[in-house]
Amino acid sequence: MLTINNLHVKLEEEDKPILKGVNLTVEAGKVHAIMGPNGSGKSTLSYVLSGKDGYEVTDGTVNLNGQDVFGMEPEERSSAGMFLAFQYPVEIPGVGNMTFLRTAVNAQRKSRGEEEMSAAEFLKIVRLRAKELKIDADMLKRPVNVGFSGGEKKRNEILQMAMLEPKICILDETDSGLDVDAMKLVADGVNSLRNSNRGFLVITHYQRLLDHIKPDYVHIMADGQIVKTGGPDLALEVENNGYKDLLAGVA
Amino acid sequence: MDSIVENVVVKDGVDQETVDAVREVGGAYKHGWSTDIEMEYAPKGLSPDIVKLISEKNEEPDWMLDWRLAAYERWLQKKEPEWAMVDYPKIDFQDQYYYARPKSMETKPKSLDEVDPKLLATYEKLGIPLKEQLILAGVDGAEELTGAPRKVAVDAVFDSVSVGTTFRDELLKAGVIFCSISEAIKDYPDLVKKYLGSVVPVSDNYYATLNSAVFSDGSFVYIPPGVRCPMELSTYFRINAENTGQFERTLIIADKGSYVSYLEGCTAPQRDIAQLHAAVVEIIIEEDAEVKYSTVQNWYPGDENGKGGIYNFVTKRADCRGDRAKVMWTQVETGSAVTWKYPSCILRGNETQGEFYSIAIANNMQQADTGTKMVHLGKNTKSRIVSKGISAGQAQNTYRGLVSMHPRAKDSRNYTQCDSLLIGDKCGAHTVPYIEVKNNSSRVEHEATTSKVDDDQLFYCRSRGMDEEEAVALVVNGFCKDVLQALPMEFAMEAQQLVAISLEGSVG
Ligand SMILES: Nc1ncnc2c1ncn2[C@@H]1O[C@H](COP(=O)(O)OP(=O)(O)O)[C@@H](O)[C@H]1O
Ligand SMILES: [Mg+2]
Repeated sequence: MLTINNLHVKLEEEDKPILKGVNLTVEAGKVHAIMGPNGSGKSTLSYVLSGKDGYEVTDGTVNLNGQDVFGMEPEERSSAGMFLAFQYPVEIPGVGNMTFLRTAVNAQRKSRGEEEMSAAEFLKIVRLRAKELKIDADMLKRPVNVGFSGGEKKRNEILQMAMLEPKICILDETDSGLDVDAMKLVADGVNSLRNSNRGFLVITHYQRLLDHIKPDYVHIMADGQIVKTGGPDLALEVENNGYKDLLAGVA
Repeated sequence: MDSIVENVVVKDGVDQETVDAVREVGGAYKHGWSTDIEMEYAPKGLSPDIVKLISEKNEEPDWMLDWRLAAYERWLQKKEPEWAMVDYPKIDFQDQYYYARPKSMETKPKSLDEVDPKLLATYEKLGIPLKEQLILAGVDGAEELTGAPRKVAVDAVFDSVSVGTTFRDELLKAGVIFCSISEAIKDYPDLVKKYLGSVVPVSDNYYATLNSAVFSDGSFVYIPPGVRCPMELSTYFRINAENTGQFERTLIIADKGSYVSYLEGCTAPQRDIAQLHAAVVEIIIEEDAEVKYSTVQNWYPGDENGKGGIYNFVTKRADCRGDRAKVMWTQVETGSAVTWKYPSCILRGNETQGEFYSIAIANNMQQADTGTKMVHLGKNTKSRIVSKGISAGQAQNTYRGLVSMHPRAKDSRNYTQCDSLLIGDKCGAHTVPYIEVKNNSSRVEHEATTSKVDDDQLFYCRSRGMDEEEAVALVVNGFCKDVLQALPMEFAMEAQQLVAISLEGSVG
């Protein structure tokens, strides 16, 4: 479904290569986890996939269900099913969370030539999803992410994901800054979206999230490349021995 | 006079791509069509004869004509003001028509049924139904929808004349007078004589003096003591004829303990030659009365090169005469090539309150110099100013505000919040607050910010499926939220869409 082939990326402003040949395929129905030390390029990968400015692709291709991702605008990627749960969700003052969600849902529908979701239907679904994530009515009304706690922001990302029903979900350190209960909520939210048509790319520092969201594959990223791939056991290895030994073994 | 001048022009940080992509908004103006209708004009130019002719066309009494002629004499002695931060070619006042009315209005229709269907269709097309029907509109998310649909009475002014006013009989039952000012001059001369020019004196400023000489029509409202006006009142101004100035005059009187909410909307066809609009609005608010006055100004702004558009020179002032009188101005200014407008509050009575909420959007070559004056005369008076200025393209947007606390205005307060948002790096935002405090128990607070549309916010929106224009509209609407909330529900929705439309093409 998502195929990343020999991806090389540098910063637009300076000649600093960040991704140095990433190869990865996420199949429908599978959960891939990416772990790796700070600064190894995990967030950069997620940004480049979703189309953020400031990066230059110097080599390689990314393909989403047969479409060339780099030929698409961010909103086109989104409507085609790409979703990024941000490591640092952005605040939008004055824009109600609900208004934001509805605008997003309908923008995607419109671009796919589908009919807009009625206000009543939208309300019904959003309330249901919000309840599962323990997001109360107040949080739905407040401006997007403004004054939200770290945990609220992350749950809000998962709510957006649930409403947009993407095909490929990229989660960038959705677990960081969460206490155990909040992490459980987020994990449950993700798990309830798991199905045979949807792929996941879960970026995390810690094994503990992977206790709740069981990955099919674990990749280790270091210095802009995926240096090792394994099963869930690989995450345990990181947890127990750190990256040092692992990376030493690779080098 | 103390004056704090703070000029902020931010020029860095926005990438060339965005700037290059700043495109026309001309094509996006939705009301640029014109109505092909047989018109009757007064000869071009301004002279005592033209003033007499306007007065005669309106079948006015002598006192009104005398008032106009005196204003004309004053105007001849006045000079066009040059202090505003706007720059436009010299207006040739002799090259304008001062009076244009649809031929079919020669004999005034007795009811809306007699109005030329072409005129009714014009307003229908603008979304202003002149049939007496309920106006249904919702805002934002459905859960925010509250209350039953409300009735809105409309006075429709087409070029120089009022074509009709809806719900008049129903309003009269409540004692509310809502008619065109030309009718009021004939039917309620005592009220008009007492109040006309009592808030904006004939010689107040160049454009107000001009208006006093040549105003052709406009709306008149009187709310009797203790009456809460049973519906929203609104006037819809349409400039249709070419080379024609629109000089309307609005007079609103809220007697003791009354309440009214009044809306004003404006559009004009897309024409290459700039047109003049110089209106005067006077509001008198007696003891314990309250008036809300909302404007959505969407005159044609000119094309992306600054050709054509409306020159909008407006004097609006509310006089809180009685104690505890309240006024709230809310304006959404998206159109016009040049805007020169400072809705003001004279807080004369004790414990009176004035509020000013403004959104001013300037795109392409538009120039807006707008703000308010809060003149605190009474004790314990309060005022609040919330101004949101948005500039895009090469537009210049100036907030100019005066807060004045007189020696007698003890224990008074003002709070001013003035935010500017820039889209691209060729536009400018300027904040020019004048503050004068002449007693030591009053307090004036002023906060100003200037920011640029944040790329991270736009990317966040786009990563959720919104295209760039939708994203900008959403972020800008968020920026304007405090002001949009102050609008009556019927207008808030329209205003939100207008914000989006007026920024079309501002990013690429
Ligand atoms: N916009 C940027 N400007 C400067 N350096 C950047 C930028 N984005 C990423 N980098 C650099 O690229 C490297 C990878 O960063 P990032 O993708 O955030 O790593 P990770 O998410 O794995 O911690 C880091 O060295 C980081 O400093
Ligand atoms: Mg990161």
